[in-house]
Order: sequence, then structure tokens, then C-alpha cells
Amino acid sequence: MDGIHDLGGMQGFGPVVRSTAEPVFQHRWEAVARALMVAVTGAVEASGGEFRHSIERMEPGDYLTSSYYEHWLTAAATLAVEHGLVTQSELEARAGGRFPLSGPVLAPQVRDAGPDVHEPRFGVGDQVRVRERHSPGHTRCPRYVRDKVGTVARVDGRQSVPDIEAHGTARRYEPTYSVRFDAADLWLDGQRDVSVHVDLWDSYLERP
Amino acid sequence: MSRPDHHPAALSPVEQRVAALEALLTERGLLPEGFVDEITRRYESDIGPMNGAQVVARAWADPEYKKRLLADGTAAIAELGFGGPEGDHMVVVENTPAVHNVVVCTLCSCYPWPTLGLPPAWYKDPPYRARMVREPRRLLAEMGCRLPGDVEIRVWDSSAEVRYLVLPERPRGTEGLTEDELAGLVTRDSMIGVARL
Repeated sequence: MDGIHDLGGMQGFGPVVRSTAEPVFQHRWEAVARALMVAVTGAVEASGGEFRHSIERMEPGDYLTSSYYEHWLTAAATLAVEHGLVTQSELEARAGGRFPLSGPVLAPQVRDAGPDVHEPRFGVGDQVRVRERHSPGHTRCPRYVRDKVGTVARVDGRQSVPDIEAHGTARRYEPTYSVRFDAADLWLDGQRDVSVHVDLWDSYLERP
Repeated sequence: MSRPDHHPAALSPVEQRVAALEALLTERGLLPEGFVDEITRRYESDIGPMNGAQVVARAWADPEYKKRLLADGTAAIAELGFGGPEGDHMVVVENTPAVHNVVVCTLCSCYPWPTLGLPPAWYKDPPYRARMVREPRRLLAEMGCRLPGDVEIRVWDSSAEVRYLVLPERPRGTEGLTEDELAGLVTRDSMIGVARL
């Protein structure tokens, strides 16, 4: 989905704010929230894709104004409700107030994943274009490279396609690639000697 | 519905929500006793950038190890005993006087846990994720990493299963140091690529 999580290249954000003390968890509840996500994804056997998608479906305003571990809490509660472990009204009764969850899944369940792709279609040095697609479901193809042409820099092993595994139990495995883009081609701003490498699944790509 | 008997006023709204989900999962037998403490301890004590620093120091000290590290990061890192979730597909990218590498995850927060631990807050926040792929030279300078204008910048967006570790340049004047002493020089930020040593 074209969600708020897909931040690459967005403008208007200010400086990167770093604190001098950087404990792994700033508050105890962050560690608990993290553990709750591990427990819930284990209990419902959520794939990595389903887990990420449960964060991506957060309301954009909530996403930008809440901290990282609040995302995990919201996602854990959303998956717990969607899989019938708890209900939202139980959560709100216990919390003594609103308990916002992520928005609904917009994409249908994937029934037929199609055949695995065993051999890479592209090799190092090949030019590839990223398909321009706007799936309503989960994807790991960032918006900022769609319809852009890059060069394969590395061919990696086969991995489960996130767009499929996020929406049911079907799986398809495809080669993945690191694709190098010239930053000037991405942003049309004339910057020099900068490349951006994005790791992409085989089906995200086509010949230019 | 307010339950002041269960939740003292000192709890913030987010703490109340965490407590609510924690209590419900515990009642349903989905959260074993000690689970929170166990996985928290793992990420607070057992993993962290001290692991990545050992990898870097070994690569500086041993040219053969460095070759293996750049050829197959996962296997070479496993030689030092590090691996596991978010470290199963490691690629190590080498900084040189002419090339600077920096790592980001624009879509979420992918990061090499076994070698660097959990990511710092700024790595997961929108400004870093939005800007590092768009204006890396400017953002690096803002973060205190000023590069000569002729240094090529390579940004790595961890959008699939590979996780990246930057191999920083060995500082000058460190020829006589032991591997442990070298590891002490390596910072987390230098292995993300937002600092040089």
C-alpha cells in the first residue's frame, strides 16, 4: 500500500535528532511492547510481511506522532484482534480509554502464489526498470524507485515474496537483487557521485 | 471505562495500553512467565555494537579475514560466533578514501541485530529514513560526517533480507595496537556509515 511508512525521499522533515544517552529501551514499557509483539506474532504465526503490514496500516497521523515502540504495540494489538486472541473492547476496558488499532487490510487474501522463480532473470550489470505498481497490500518496493531504471549490482538468494506472504499462507520464492540507482536519476537534482542501492524481488523488475 | 484500582494515575496512556494487552495475553496463557525479561535481557546485554567492532577489528588486523568478510559476510561474521535473526544474510561494504557507504531502511527499521544490536531511535525516525536516500551528502554533514566533495557516496536501503555492515577505514597511527585495542576504536555510527573514524 502507498502508506505513510514508505518515507524514502519525502521532504519537509527537520534534522535527525540524536540523544547523547541512547539506552536500548528508554522506558520499561518499550521493552514490554517489543516482547508483546514477539509473543503475538508467534501465537498467530504471522510472517514478516504480515507483521510489517500491520504497522504500515496505521493511520498516517498516528504513525508520525507516535514513537517506534507505540507502532509495535499498535501492531501487536491489531494482529491479536484480527486473529481473535482478544477484542478491541476488552483492550479498551482494560486500558481505561481508547486503544486505536491499525486500519483494515485493503488487499484480498492470496490464494495462488504462482510458481517459484528458480533462476535469476537478470545478472550483475544488467539494466532493469522497477515496475510501476500501486498494490493495495504489502510490498517492499519503495515508491521512490518505481518506474526508475537502475543497474543490477548484486544477485542475492531466493526469498519469500513479501507481497504474497503478508496476505495468507501461500508463498512464492524469487531471487532478489541489489539494484543501483544514480541519485541524480531518482531526484533530478543534479547531485553527483551519489548512488542509492535498493534490494528488490525479481517480480518487481522488468527490462527497460 | 476507568479502572483506577488496576491502573494508578501514574501510568501514561501508552503504558496503560501496554499493560492492558500484557494482562490479556497473560490470562490467555500466551505470555509465559519471565518472557518479557528474557527477551529484553537478550537485546540489552547479549548483542550490541561491541560485536560488530570485533568483526571490524579482525578485518583490520587480518587481511585474509577481510577478504572472506567482503566475499561472504554471513560466514565470516559467524566465524566470530555472531549470527541469528536479522543477521542471516550479511553484506559488508568497505569504506575507502574514495568511497563512503551508509545504511538506511526507508520502509521500516531493518538493521543487523547480531552485530549492532537494536537500532537507535533516530535510525527508525522519519527524518533519517526520508532524507538519507535523497540528500545523503547534506544529511551526513549535518550529522557531523563531512566528506570531501570528490568522495563517492553509496547509500544502501535495506529493503529485502540482506542486512548491511559498513567496514570503516582503519585510522592512521594504529599500527601497533592489538585487536582488542582496535575494537575499542570502532563506533556504532561508523558501522552504520554516519561517522568516520
